[in-house]
Formats: sequence, structure tokens, C-alpha cells
Amino acid sequence: MGFHQISVRVNGNDEIITVASNLTLLRMLRETLSLTGTKNGCAAGECGACTVLLNGEPVNSCMVLAVEVDGQEVITIEGLAKDGQLDIVQKTIIEKGAVQCGFCTPGMLISARALLNRNPHPTEEQVVEALVGNLCRCTGYSRIIESVQAAAERS
Amino acid sequence: MTTADHKTETMHPVGKSVQRLDVLEKVTGAAQYTDDVPFGNSLLYGRVKRSPVAHGIIKRIDYSKAKALPGVKVIVTGDDFPNLVGLYLKDKLIFARDRVRFVGEAIAAVAATSEEIAEKAIDLIEVDIDPLPAVFDAEFGATKDAPLIHPDLANYECPNFIFPVPGTNIANHFKIRKGNAEEAFKKCTSIVEKKFRIPHVQHVPIEPHIAVAQVEPDGDVTVWAASQSPFSQRSSFAKALGVSESKIRVIAGYVGGGFGCKAGVTMENVAVALASKAGGRPVKVRLTREEEFFTNFVRQGLIINLKIGCDAEGNLLAMENTQYWDGGASTEYGVNITRAGGYNSSGPFDIPNITTNALCVYTNHPIGGAYRGFGMSELHAGIIQCMDILAEKIGMDKVAFLKRNAIQGGDFNVTGMKMHPVGLQECIDTVAKELNFGKKEPTSAPNKKRGKGIGIVWKAPSMPPNAGSSAEVRLNEDGSVTVSVGGQEIGQGTFTVMAQIAAEALGVAYEMVKIEGPVDTRYSPYEWQTVASRLTWSMGNAVRRAAEDARKNILEMVGEAWGENPSNLDIKGGYVVSLKSEESISLKNIVVYGIPRPGDQGWIGGPVLGRGTFMPSYVTNLDKETGQGARAVVHYTTGCQGIDLEIDTETGKIEVIKAVSVFDVGKAINPDLVKAQIEGGFIQGMSSAIFEEMKLVDGVMKNPSFVDYRIATTADLPKENIALFVETAQDDGPWGARGIGEHPMTPTIGVLANAIYDAIGVRVSNPPLSAEKIYLAMLEAGKIS
Repeated sequence: MGFHQISVRVNGNDEIITVASNLTLLRMLRETLSLTGTKNGCAAGECGACTVLLNGEPVNSCMVLAVEVDGQEVITIEGLAKDGQLDIVQKTIIEKGAVQCGFCTPGMLISARALLNRNPHPTEEQVVEALVGNLCRCTGYSRIIESVQAAAERS
Repeated sequence: MTTADHKTETMHPVGKSVQRLDVLEKVTGAAQYTDDVPFGNSLLYGRVKRSPVAHGIIKRIDYSKAKALPGVKVIVTGDDFPNLVGLYLKDKLIFARDRVRFVGEAIAAVAATSEEIAEKAIDLIEVDIDPLPAVFDAEFGATKDAPLIHPDLANYECPNFIFPVPGTNIANHFKIRKGNAEEAFKKCTSIVEKKFRIPHVQHVPIEPHIAVAQVEPDGDVTVWAASQSPFSQRSSFAKALGVSESKIRVIAGYVGGGFGCKAGVTMENVAVALASKAGGRPVKVRLTREEEFFTNFVRQGLIINLKIGCDAEGNLLAMENTQYWDGGASTEYGVNITRAGGYNSSGPFDIPNITTNALCVYTNHPIGGAYRGFGMSELHAGIIQCMDILAEKIGMDKVAFLKRNAIQGGDFNVTGMKMHPVGLQECIDTVAKELNFGKKEPTSAPNKKRGKGIGIVWKAPSMPPNAGSSAEVRLNEDGSVTVSVGGQEIGQGTFTVMAQIAAEALGVAYEMVKIEGPVDTRYSPYEWQTVASRLTWSMGNAVRRAAEDARKNILEMVGEAWGENPSNLDIKGGYVVSLKSEESISLKNIVVYGIPRPGDQGWIGGPVLGRGTFMPSYVTNLDKETGQGARAVVHYTTGCQGIDLEIDTETGKIEVIKAVSVFDVGKAINPDLVKAQIEGGFIQGMSSAIFEEMKLVDGVMKNPSFVDYRIATTADLPKENIALFVETAQDDGPWGARGIGEHPMTPTIGVLANAIYDAIGVRVSNPPLSAEKIYLAMLEAGKIS
């Protein structure tokens, strides 16, 4: 197993780190950078709990190798709020009461942010489609969908 | 970071939909779950060697090659931990010794310096197993012809409310003999008799099971676990290691979804076992998603034979109810689920004559566990459909039939307990009105059929009679309040509700209250378990009493300082006020430093600490032969659900158009959290009813992944998911509250099946109510060609 030095911008900070060839982006974030807000739900790209933005696009970080993000930009849940202000979709998910156990919430918020970045005014169907890969067992989803719609209306 | 632009102050928060306490942490990624706790480089990673055989005798375990692998630090097997463990019936080992009883059973475990090495070591452990004949059907398992899975059943330690039948596979036989069902059936004008099969399903929390254990320098063991039951786990670990409870400490942070599967002890024992031999290094064991599916406790399968009869006016007269619960290889919760299946066996109906035999049967399937309202989704799946069939048979309006027979306050129920007041009639009326029940709605396309279904449920907290709660309330210099509890925040919002209760009882704003976390058995007051929808009621009572105790201390202190009777004082908005003189004093500082006596003549009061406990004292045991007793349970939460759906006759696919769920919660301490439980519970119920089934073939789960075991996504939602409640106060609940966490998913299988029948005229009874099954049923009935 080889090791590689990579440079990556994470939540606006430039990091130079040494990673093993088989280390996933998920483990790099959680174990190397202690950014534990990104969750490990299946390690197989099926639940969406580990979703982060890679150059603005949502990816399951368990399916990306750390070496692949050399020279790239990653945003995690810890980087969603800016200057002490919550992202609008963080605010609306609170207002709608759309959080229960919270384990899917970081990935859900990242997927929502990715959608709003590429489509500031999505239809309900587009919200449903954007979040279909983020599993939630607690809320029944409808409040989450409403949160994204409310965020779109307000931004 | 603030969530609001201005600081809000919510006085009298009980009954108000205040914002969750834990939400800011959860939306920013700051909330700490067990896998997020840092342990540094000394952390070892544990993996489990599992049985590939459903039933067999272990001939040989050879771990010499694994031991030789660099990086492997600990290997443990059953010989290291010979003590039997179990929540009720002590019938299992941490690691199988002579015999394996299900595919996935732990045989050995390895701790190594990396997950990869631990995984490799597991592959190097050689195990030879001679297969034995196995049991995969609970009904067959209960017969004399079935191979015995626990030949030592007679010798297992067992509480006095569980009745095993040694020499068989029956781990518990719960009986109801109320009235005379046999005679009463002779008087019935209509009888329905039907058999239902409810498959195994999984809980599927998004956070997999995880535990970290470490032996401290003094030999005490600390466990960090995603846990609904830190105190029960402490007790179980102590028994497994042969030490006393005080030698074990369980720290339980936020839980990423529980639904019952993180109650009791599942895999956490493995981390403790490995750590006990790891020389003080912490050992982390985290289930893979695949293990989460096939090795974790399951919602056990049920085969139920129901016979229900009524007279010509629609009065229910008799029920015969035989339940074969697929308890699995051993019975953590299974024996008690069977008991709940028995003492709830009438459903929420007034039936004078009942014969019930509820059997928990050992099989070579995964171990049955507690799943959100355990036993109740399965039991009501059959009862709700039988009532629908019976109403139709006698030509009675379905809503009128339910209302005529629904249990009411004052009725003597299935176990002979006098029912407390229930608002079930109002629940039924509300669902019928919201759903326009009885009116056929137009279909959205010619190839679709539309139909409605309705059903009612009840459920009591299924727990030992003496499950206790305790709480402490401390005041801080700034007048803020810290509440310590041992119940767990698993997403249901209990920390928020406890803060509301403390604030209301004390007389301060909700925003002034914090709940101490994580739950830590070394510092937190005792709580039995976070299960059974019992916290709002039980822990809520303890918190209320603790806050009232603190309030009493404060008023006595101020009363002495002012020379007033404390009964003339009140706490309002963080101030003690005199009702007579209208004098007031802020809680700030006095609740820690006390109040000086006039003229520097000493001090009054001091740090304010309130304590409260609650334990029901009135639950009695039931007669072993009749299941009758004065009071079997603390109370019942009842409710009604209705569904309006459409079925595509070309595919069999269900589209739920509208769901209405109405439950009697006694008092909604936080109405929005109640609604959130009902909404989410309905979707979980719908998901399990339509999509979910563990495909077990000869004991092997064939679909252990999210791809093959599908749960509901954003694409599967009804157009409307309406959650409502009524409030018929519970006499011993805080402000009348009783639980609601589990109930919303319990009617859904039966109600969906009734709606499907209404739409297509064919009864598809057994979940999963999949498109394929519905399509084939229509084909077979000649409804389509």
C-alpha cells in the first residue's frame, strides 16, 4: 500500500496531508481532518449520509478516494455556515422541524445546497429527485422537502 | 451562532411547539455520535467471525494463523466468556461455544491496529461446524417433531412473568382465558377465520450499531455506545464479565436512529469482551451495513391464526387468537414481545370472550428484537383486516362497526383491567371526516382503481412492572437550569420535552433550560430504558417532580428571607414574586449563593438542587393460566389511521394519496413534535408494509443491502400525510401526557390491506404489499387479464 501527499481545500482551508492509496474521502475527512459531521451510514454509496460537495457537486464521499481530491475543493457540513450565519437551508430545516435523530441531516443539507446552487428555484419534483439518494428513517421526508422549497423561496 | 434574529423567551412552554434543543448541533455537524468520539492512535478495531451455518455443532476453532498476523492484538472466543446473558430469559452467550444457532452468530472476535488487519484476521480463523437439522418456521418449531434448539431450556434463569416450556422450542407461552370463547362462537351470526404471515423486517437506522470499550487503570470498564439503554447495558455487561454494576460505565451520545434495535444489548458485548483483554487500549466495533441487516436483532416474523365472531347487530362476542412468534436463535426481547402480543391480543376492542395462545418459538433465524411498537404492527395487521371482513360480512358500515366495538373507559379489557378514559371514538370520527370515509373518489386515470381503508390500534408500554425513572434539576448562577436524566435523545425529541416540563414546573422560560448530555451512567440519574414510548410519561413525571422539588427549595428560602409563607410566593419568568406584597427577586445568584439575612446576620438557602423519581407501583402480575389480573399495564395509547390510495392495474403499484393518523396522546407537551412522530411513523409503517422483507432462505438473508432491501425514499411519499391528535388526559401523566413514539406505524399494514381490497376487490393480506403481489392477486382473481 502506497502513501501520497495531496493538497486539498476543505471548507476554505488549504490542507496538505499524506493519505494511503485506499483511504476514502469519507475516512480522510473524519479520521485525518476530524471533520466528523459527515456520517458513515453504509460505506457503499447507497444511503447518502456521507454526501459532501466536491467542486460544488454532491458526491458520496465513501465512494471517492482521497487521492482523487488532490488539488480539488471540498465542502462539508462544517463549511455550510458562513461568517457565523447559518445557510438558508439550515435555517429552514430548523424552522420546519425537519430534524429528528439528525444522522442523515448533514448529507441531506449538502444535497439540498447542491440543488439550490445549480437550480435556485426547483419544482417539488426536482427537490424530490435531488434528495432521493439521501435515506432518512425518522422524519418521513415531507418536512425536509418543504425546507428546501422554503429556502428557495427566500433566496 | 444563533438561529433566531432576536432572543425568544417562552414562558409556560407545556403545550407549545418550541424549537428542538438539539437542532443547532445537528444541522451544523457538531452533534457528537459515538463514532465521532476521538480515541487517538491507541484505538484498536474489532471485527467478528460469524457462523455461516444456521444450526450446527462447532467441532473445531483454530485461530493460530490469525494470531500470527502482525497487528492482531486480541482474539476472543466463547471459552473466554462462558456466562449466559439475556434481558429476560438468559439463553445466549456472547460467542457461540458448542453450538451455533443462526447465520451470523458471533463465534470469535479480533481486535487489531486497523480495520483491514482485523478483517483479514477474521478470514484466517478456521471453524468447522457439523450442520444439524434446522427450524425455519415458527409454527413447525412449536411441534414435537421439530429439532430442539435449546436442549438446556429448563436450566435457564428466567423472570417470573415468562413461561418457557422445557423439552420444546417454546421460550414463552402466554395465555388468555377470558370468558368462554368456544361457547360464545355458537352464538355468533358471522365468524371470520384467517391466517396471516408477517415477514421479518429490519429496523434500518441510518447510523449502524457501534460501541467502543476500554478498561481503565483501576479495572473498571468504560463503554461508549449508540444506545437506547445505557443502564440496562451496564447491568448486562457486568453480568457477562462477572463484575458488579459499579465497575461498568456506559456513555451514550446522540443516537442516529434507534427504533428499538439499540435497546438491550446486541453487539456491544463484543467490544467489551475484546477490551477486557486489550491491556487498556480502547476497542471500537462498528457493524457494516451488511451486518446491520443480517446479524442485528430483527422484527421477528409472526404467523397468526385469528377467529373472530359477532352477532347480527355487529357486537363482537368472541375471539380465538393463536400467535407463533419467530423468536429466533435466542430471545433478547422475543419472550416479552410474545407477552405483549398476548395482553394486547384483542386489539382496541371490547370482546367478552377471548382465548389466546401466544408462543415465542426458537428458530434458526436471527434474534427477535424490539422494533417500534413491538408486536403491535404484526398483531394489528391481522386484527384490522379481520374487523374489515367482519363488518362487510354483516353488511355494516365499517366506521360504525369500529365505533360500536372500540374499547372505552370503564370497560374490562382482555386481561380484566379496567380501562382508563380513552378518546378512541373521537380518533375514529376525525379520521372518517378527514378522509371522507365511505365516499368513493374518482380515479386519476382509466387504468387505476381507488380505495380507502381504516383501522384502529392500541398499545401499552411493554415493560417490567417496576421500570423506573429519575431526574435532577440544578440551578446555575445566571438563573439557568440544568436537567440531568438517563433517558436518551434518539431523535424523538425527548430532551426538548424534558426541558419544557422542567421550565413549566419551575416557572422559568424554556430557553433557560439545558439537558445534560451525553447520558453517562456514572453521573446521570437512573433510567430503565428509552423504549416503549414511556419517557414523556415516566421520565416526564420524574423531571416534573425534580423541578417542583427545586421550586419548593427556592420558595422556602425566599419565604424565610421575607418572613412570608412559601405558599404566598410564586416563580414567574425567572423571578420569585410575593402574591401579597408584589415584591420580587431574580433567581440569579440566590439559587447558588443564597440570600443574606438582614444586618449581616448570616445567610439563608444555598445551591438549589431538585430531585425527582417515578416508578409505577400498581402493575400486577397476571395469572399464568388465564392471563387475568387487576392491572396488566400502566396505560394504553389508542388511535386510528385511514388511507386513500390508488392502484395501477397495469403494474400493481400502490400510490398512497392521503393518509390520516389520529392518536390520543393525553396531552401534547409539544404539538409539533407529536405531529413529527406521527408523520415519520406513518412513512416507516408504509415502507415496511409495502417494500420491506428480509428474504431468509435456509436462514441466510439474501438481501442485506440498501439496494436489495429497499426503504421508502423521497420518491415514495403520499400527497398528503396528515397527523392529528386528541387529548384525553392520563391520570398519572405529566399534564395528562402519555406516549406516542411507536404507535403511528402500528396500524399501517392492516389499513393499507383494507384500502387495497376496497380498490381492487381482492384481499392481499400478507406484507410486503408489493406491486408484484397485488398484480398477481388481481390476475388470479380475474380482475385483469
